Amino acid sequence: MDLIAPLMVQGLQMALVLALAPALTGLTRIVKARLVGRRGPPLLQPYRDLIRLARKDVVLADNASWLFRVIPYMVFAATWVAAALVPTFAKGLHFSWSADLIAIVALLGSARFFQALAGMDVGTAFGGIGSSREMMFAALAEPAMLLMVFSLALSAGSTQLSTVAEFMGGSAVGLRVSIAMGLIALVIVALAENARVPVDNPATHLELTMVHEAMVLEYSGRHLAMIELAASLKLVLYMSLIACIFLPWGIAGEGDGVIAHGAAIMLYLAKLVVGGAALGFFETSIAKMRVFRVPDFLGVALMLSLLGTLLLFVSRSL
Amino acid sequence: MSPVVLLLMASAAQIAVAVAAAFGARLRGAGVAVYGASLAISAFVFVVSLVHLVTAAAPAGVTLPLGLPWIGAHFRLDALSALFAALVGLGASAANLYALGYGRHEATPERVLPFVPAFLGAMTLVILADDAFAFLVSWEFMSLASWALVIAHHHDEANRRAGFVYVAMAGFGTLALLFAFGLLAGVNGDYAFSAMREAARGPTVSAFVLALALLGAGSKAGLAPLHVWLPLAHPAAPSHVSALMSGVMTKVAVYGFIRIVFDLSGAPYWWTALPLILGGAATAVIGILWATMERDMKRALAWSTIENIGVIFAALGLALAFRANGMLPAAALALTAALFHAVNHTVFKSLLFFGAGAVLTATGERDLEKLGGLIHRMPRTAFAVLVASAAISALPPLNGFASEWLLFQAILQSPDLPQWALKIFVPAAGGMLALAAALAAAAFVRLYGVGFLGRPRSEAAAKATEVDRFMQAAMLGLALLCLLFGIFPGYVIDALAPVVRDLAGTTMPGQSWREWFTIVPVSEGRSSYNGLLVFVFVLMSGSMAAWVVHRAASRVVRRSIAWGCGFDEPAPAAQYSASSFAQPLRRVFGTLLLAATEKVDMPQPGDMRPAGHAVTLTDHAWTAIYGRIAGAIDAIAGRLNRLQFLTIRQYLSFVFMLLILLLLALVLWT
Amino acid sequence: MERLVLDIAHILAGGLVLVSIAMLYQDRLTSMINVFAAHAIVLSMAVAWQAWLQDAPHLYWTALIAIVFKAIVIPVGLHRIVRRLGIHRDIEAALSTGLTMMAAMGLVALSMALMLDVAAEADPLAREDLAFALAIVLIGLLVMVTRRNAVSQVIGFMSLENGLILAATAAKGMPLVVEISVAFSVLVAFIVIGVFLFRIRERFDSVDISALDDYRGERQ
Repeated sequence: MDLIAPLMVQGLQMALVLALAPALTGLTRIVKARLVGRRGPPLLQPYRDLIRLARKDVVLADNASWLFRVIPYMVFAATWVAAALVPTFAKGLHFSWSADLIAIVALLGSARFFQALAGMDVGTAFGGIGSSREMMFAALAEPAMLLMVFSLALSAGSTQLSTVAEFMGGSAVGLRVSIAMGLIALVIVALAENARVPVDNPATHLELTMVHEAMVLEYSGRHLAMIELAASLKLVLYMSLIACIFLPWGIAGEGDGVIAHGAAIMLYLAKLVVGGAALGFFETSIAKMRVFRVPDFLGVALMLSLLGTLLLFVSRSL
Repeated sequence: MSPVVLLLMASAAQIAVAVAAAFGARLRGAGVAVYGASLAISAFVFVVSLVHLVTAAAPAGVTLPLGLPWIGAHFRLDALSALFAALVGLGASAANLYALGYGRHEATPERVLPFVPAFLGAMTLVILADDAFAFLVSWEFMSLASWALVIAHHHDEANRRAGFVYVAMAGFGTLALLFAFGLLAGVNGDYAFSAMREAARGPTVSAFVLALALLGAGSKAGLAPLHVWLPLAHPAAPSHVSALMSGVMTKVAVYGFIRIVFDLSGAPYWWTALPLILGGAATAVIGILWATMERDMKRALAWSTIENIGVIFAALGLALAFRANGMLPAAALALTAALFHAVNHTVFKSLLFFGAGAVLTATGERDLEKLGGLIHRMPRTAFAVLVASAAISALPPLNGFASEWLLFQAILQSPDLPQWALKIFVPAAGGMLALAAALAAAAFVRLYGVGFLGRPRSEAAAKATEVDRFMQAAMLGLALLCLLFGIFPGYVIDALAPVVRDLAGTTMPGQSWREWFTIVPVSEGRSSYNGLLVFVFVLMSGSMAAWVVHRAASRVVRRSIAWGCGFDEPAPAAQYSASSFAQPLRRVFGTLLLAATEKVDMPQPGDMRPAGHAVTLTDHAWTAIYGRIAGAIDAIAGRLNRLQFLTIRQYLSFVFMLLILLLLALVLWT
Repeated sequence: MERLVLDIAHILAGGLVLVSIAMLYQDRLTSMINVFAAHAIVLSMAVAWQAWLQDAPHLYWTALIAIVFKAIVIPVGLHRIVRRLGIHRDIEAALSTGLTMMAAMGLVALSMALMLDVAAEADPLAREDLAFALAIVLIGLLVMVTRRNAVSQVIGFMSLENGLILAATAAKGMPLVVEISVAFSVLVAFIVIGVFLFRIRERFDSVDISALDDYRGERQ
């Protein structure tokens, strides 16, 4: 029993994030469309897109290497494994001890590394421009994220996400400035990592404004489906991360029964809906930045997370 | 026979091979004989010292009647020297195996063959030395042997300049170490390490020893701002020697630093940690930033070596801070991270230089702007270099991530440090190290993406052929080690335990008995990481996804030309180049840190001359420090020039005045 | 409950530092004025919370003054000036944003180290509040140093003054009289500078203070 239950929870979570990922993307699109007075695509449209893409033939460039064909699956797998380790509705994930928050960040880093390589593989100018800008953003977003992890780990005394969630949901934590700073930093990093507006536009296909889309421009068919699915999974991952750290209420504990887990899933769905709607609202209300304005924006995240960590370092000795 | 004697015999054998090579370098088959013999000896060194390390055998010493007559030469093998001797053995074995193939392309073998075994023997001697005299002599021998290799291709003006800068810096470093040992020996002047360990010394002497050790070992390792020779000298040597210099010799420098600061100079003061932590973090950022800008493949790798040395020194600084405050488990964690990273760096940096050498053999090019598309022509080399690039970018589940992860866990222990300065600067350094890690990923995406992916940018790259079996074997073997160290980090940590116990007083909790090879640096609830599971999960879900998609949806592949906006035959020059890849990072970080300036020369419409775009980068260390020193020396030398044209009487009066001065000093002193 | 109350005071003070940093990040005059208004609003919330916490009704007045003058009157006035002068273009910061932010980080770290060292025996929260106040003052100075535009210098000066008020309320017991005089002196300063701005504008057709350098005695 004590082995079966966590395994089932783990399996359920893996299936759940995978099943929900396109829906969240669809929800954000609907919210954005409604806010500007359009009807928008139906919620199930991303699923249909994925199926359609998966059925199409792959058209490969003549000089694409084996790496180009393997990378979509690697990116998908790394993102999926990372998403499976974030507590969404239950803390008792069987494999949560195999990677802590730092490792999750690094797994996403692996996905980005290979995706950027794929952008360079065919040897067109667009792929290169996307890869180079993506790596420039990452050079600022990743330290910001790691410093945010530091400040969390310092308050919670652990880098294991389930322990962090437990701590943040408990009564020991008060309203701390450092945590507020961490939240702002995490939101900025999440916007950048998911290629959302003000950093990048997920809907654009204008050459000079796109970053993520430029990187995957040469992909088609099932490969593109994998990459799109990975992008949706990443959005779910970041939203779950924000929810599990800053809204840790209602996550089922290790020994809870089936009903508690069911309720926790419902609550998690509600959190995702709120998050998706908030993202859509935020994206509609601001404009995209110039590329070289983004480092300043990400620099703010870096500074805030460093400041939060500093505050914690200093106030620990009070 | 005791292991220390075995290792000394191995060094002697290397030197004997070197002497033989000096006479027979022009003979047919000399390369195979020399590298083969050296390979056997290096493998022997590796096995002996590894056995000594993992069995945690007691230190063994031996005194030889060499050197200064009334002292003799002391040699000793303890856990620390066993670890680094094993590293030398590992790096040297790989390099010799590689050189069995690579050496055949050498135009002037007589300039390379004698010095490689001599260099290897000297490095082993440095590590075994147990008194200042033996240490310094072997150190200087190591510097000179590697200098000879740097100027092996002396027809190239740039190589001669690299050799000059290197020999100047090496001389300076040895001088600093000489003074450091002088201070450690104290007034009694006992130069044996065992005597230095016993002696008590005050904070002023400790500060000077630390500063001198930083200058001496730091200049050999490439710590900023003493790094200027490294990106010149390491790439100038033949590639297997570059791998040895970057992968192994920098570790010998780290060994020298650890030996002096952790072992010989006694209980540390907390402030000694500050320059290490900040200097290390700054070195890491500067080094990797240069690596993202550099067009020359081997120089980019050399700059990345500087970054890794910075990471190692920052981790050593943390260990020192913890030890000074009595937080021994945290000190053990930080020290393990430093040593683990040193081991990893030896593995992947050697591999990367081998890869660069393979590219050089196949194409004759080191310039990234003339490479491209090599993954099609050299698949095995490309695969091995890909593994190393991912490992050095600290991506799980490879080995680079395991050691960086330990380092971050060590930083998370630091809020308990009582000193304000450490509280404020440690998180700042943590941020800088995270920045360096992210920039490393950018640097290696660039290096690999431009060098191996895309379309060939030159005729030579388009006609490249895969290298021979020996070179492939060396590269793929090291790639396998990158993976093994990454998914079984517990075994490496446990192998490092005896070293850590000697230097930090305690060890990390044992790891290799944990279920499923998880590593737990402090406690279960705090943090854990399992490289094996992550690897298996990613592998499984990736292949499952591929299987499902191929079964249920489509498996058709059509080939077509890449979309070039209507131009059917896009020229390879239209690809993103190495310089254009670096442009965003240059604009964000380079303007300040590298003094980057761009000059755009755009002719008027109708004007037929070509447009131009030039970027200049400046190393602040050159302009701020070395340029001034050189200027000052020049000025002083100009003044002193007059001394050459004096009469005998005047020269005699100089000697006489000096004598009087010395006598006066003697009178005043006593 | 007791903890939550203190936590809110702490987060309001920290929020003020955040808004100060946000002010540094702005590169347009109008948005900078808006951020300054937000600064004043957070300040008045912090002061009002302290009033309730310390049971000191006169602090409510301080909060009211802050919100009326600094959050409404002065920003509205500044907006007018900016529009009349036609300078709602980019601020030319003397340093790049990244560098300024790093300098701000350093200042916050410095003030924390300083306050935690100097006021070692004060109670922890007051200590942190003092550290925050000092950081706000220093960042205000930084704004004045890095901006060339006279209007943004005025804003920097007033945000500096907000930091002083935060320090005074955290230190428990600053008489209202002093406050009013301080607030009014700022208002006067604002008016004077406003008039002065017009004078500069009339004379030199620019509010860039570097235009004044040419008229300094030492530069011949």
